[in-house]
Amino acid sequence: MSAPLVVSGLRKHFGRLHVLEGVDLALDAGKVTAVVGPNAAGKSTLIKCILGLVRPSGGAIEVLGERVGSDPHYRRFIGYMPQAARFPDNLTGEEVLALLARLRGGEVRHDGVLREALGLTAETLARPVRTLSGGTRQKLSAIVALRHEAPVVILDEPTAGLDPLTSSHLKELVRQRATSGAAVLLTSHVMAEVEELADALVYLVDGRVRFRGSLDELRLRTGQRRVEHAIAHLMREVA
Amino acid sequence: MNAARMVLGYSLSNLRRNWWVLGYGLLFLFLTDALFRFGGGGPRVAASLMNVVLIVIPLVSVVFGTLYFSNSREFIELLLAQPVSRPSLFTGLYFGLALPLALAFGAGVAIPAVLHGGAGLLRPTIMLLLSGVLLTFVFTSVAFLAGVRFEDRAKGLGFALLVWFCCTVLYDGVILLVAMAFRDYPLEPVLLGLTVLNPVDLARVLLLLTLDAAALMGYTGAVFGRFFGTPLGIAAAGAALLMWTGLPFVAGLRGFNRKDF
Repeated sequence: MSAPLVVSGLRKHFGRLHVLEGVDLALDAGKVTAVVGPNAAGKSTLIKCILGLVRPSGGAIEVLGERVGSDPHYRRFIGYMPQAARFPDNLTGEEVLALLARLRGGEVRHDGVLREALGLTAETLARPVRTLSGGTRQKLSAIVALRHEAPVVILDEPTAGLDPLTSSHLKELVRQRATSGAAVLLTSHVMAEVEELADALVYLVDGRVRFRGSLDELRLRTGQRRVEHAIAHLMREVA
Repeated sequence: MNAARMVLGYSLSNLRRNWWVLGYGLLFLFLTDALFRFGGGGPRVAASLMNVVLIVIPLVSVVFGTLYFSNSREFIELLLAQPVSRPSLFTGLYFGLALPLALAFGAGVAIPAVLHGGAGLLRPTIMLLLSGVLLTFVFTSVAFLAGVRFEDRAKGLGFALLVWFCCTVLYDGVILLVAMAFRDYPLEPVLLGLTVLNPVDLARVLLLLTLDAAALMGYTGAVFGRFFGTPLGIAAAGAALLMWTGLPFVAGLRGFNRKDF
């Protein structure tokens, strides 16, 4: 079976600034792939190119065989959780969820399970977004990303701002989505989280892929048992 | 365009609970009511409101619109990550802001006008409402253009305020300068053309003519009256105001379609 998300030779230049330089990547179904790298490595730009928020300068992206272009249709295959969740202040949580469900054609599979797992009650969701804490907005954002059973799930620093209990529940939900067949792309600066969740890892520096493989391959190549030390080893190698 | 309707619906829900929009409507309501109570007859009220409409509506639309767009940036990114086309989203967001602002102004002026005014005030009130609504749409388009073009909120706001300043203050100064420098030449057709190039001036001329105050503008008023006073002239002025709405909207939409978020 071909990978649900394939990125080949992806380039993005902002004027003279070359942010992505021929990135090749394939996300396997049923696996969590972590994209890690130092600041300004091109992780956010890579995600934005996949979502169509940034127009690539070259290369190609395919989601379930559909080439990413100006037609937004392919995005129904992607569940996305941004790093910072911002919603219209005066809408309630329930209204935000309803809008985003309607924009995707109304199909919602795991709403109830997710609400329960993340501790979002009907009372909380009936309040205007401006009265919700950053963590609660992050939970709302997680529901938006995970409830559609999208074959590709993109999570940008998903546990940032969450308390340890919710963070642990969210990681469990992400693992469940992967087990049920989704290809998950994860970015995180918390290496313990990467070690806990990821099956494969892509190390990006200056817009180029410097390592791509499973966590075991990473350990073998660097001679380090812990992912954090292995990444530090890679960073020293590149520098 | 189904997605545009959905975004429009939710923008309306969001903004009808916004205190600034409610306050904007109440400002016009109390002002119009006070003018009717203490400002004399109907035409005087319309003339006093004209200056408020010509200055306040462009300013509020452009400032509120630019801030609204820039504050919605992260949510726009989330919406663009859904199966929604960029033109649909831009159109939904634009009307989702312009309509509540226009409705707040319209209700604020129309309610006291209906309560206090007579049949004689119908035409100036309709023209005042029409001009105010069109200026709202024009300057919301400018605000969205600023929001699309400038990533930095301060720069976007600066651009929007510059456009407002040029249209409401600077342009009149330039016209006065031209009129003074070339006073020995027949300038009326040129001034007529220059008026069409500024939406605020266009609305001002239309309102003055509706209020029968063209005499205040002397010979130029008579020239304007001859052109804009006719049905063809009014249609041309309306078309020019619509064009002023369309131009920044299309420029903003083109920028939005090509933008890297």
